[in-house]
Amino acid sequence: MSEKISLPIAADQRGPGQQSAPRTRAQGGDVMSEIEADVKGQKVFLYMKGTPDFPQCGFSARVVQILQHLGAEFGSCDILVDPEKRDAVKVYGKWPTIPQLYIDGELVGGCDITTEMFQSGELQTLLGASK
Amino acid sequence: MITAEEIRAKLLEAFPNARVQVVDTTGTFDHFDAVVVEESFRTLSRVRQHQAVYEALGDAFRDRIHALALKTTAP
Repeated sequence: MSEKISLPIAADQRGPGQQSAPRTRAQGGDVMSEIEADVKGQKVFLYMKGTPDFPQCGFSARVVQILQHLGAEFGSCDILVDPEKRDAVKVYGKWPTIPQLYIDGELVGGCDITTEMFQSGELQTLLGASK
Repeated sequence: MITAEEIRAKLLEAFPNARVQVVDTTGTFDHFDAVVVEESFRTLSRVRQHQAVYEALGDAFRDRIHALALKTTAP
């Protein structure tokens, strides 16, 4: 009997082997899947207000400055032009504010934590570790 | 709008043994400084500590608090 119960659950929770790749909305995925594609598609990814060249918020600007100071290559997304993603990122990261910095697909933090980790050298270690 | 005391009560609900300090920094019931000193934070990274606090505040955070400067640590 337990098989009957477990089968539909197993169908819902895709095993690690058969997990479908995250897709952008343009590729037919939903916004959560697109966020996963963002943060797992490159080592360093930043959700921010504005762009690295024209940040629209002091906190976003500071994180960009730190990453550029360390010579890190990073992808970024301007959530000001995408309200759907702005809300979704907060849910995805369990984090209520922007900016959000992701390294190796994991949320590192916002501006305060990123700054503290830069000052302590932890950020450099995370960026340097290849995965 | 929410008071510092309401936020403190909500945090103590989630972390009964924590030392919690909340200050309304602008007197406008929407900008706060909070310090949470909690034993279970000892094994958590800082981002996980903050996530635990945000989770404890739940909807109150999204709807009623505009800004929260958060400091978390283990005793």
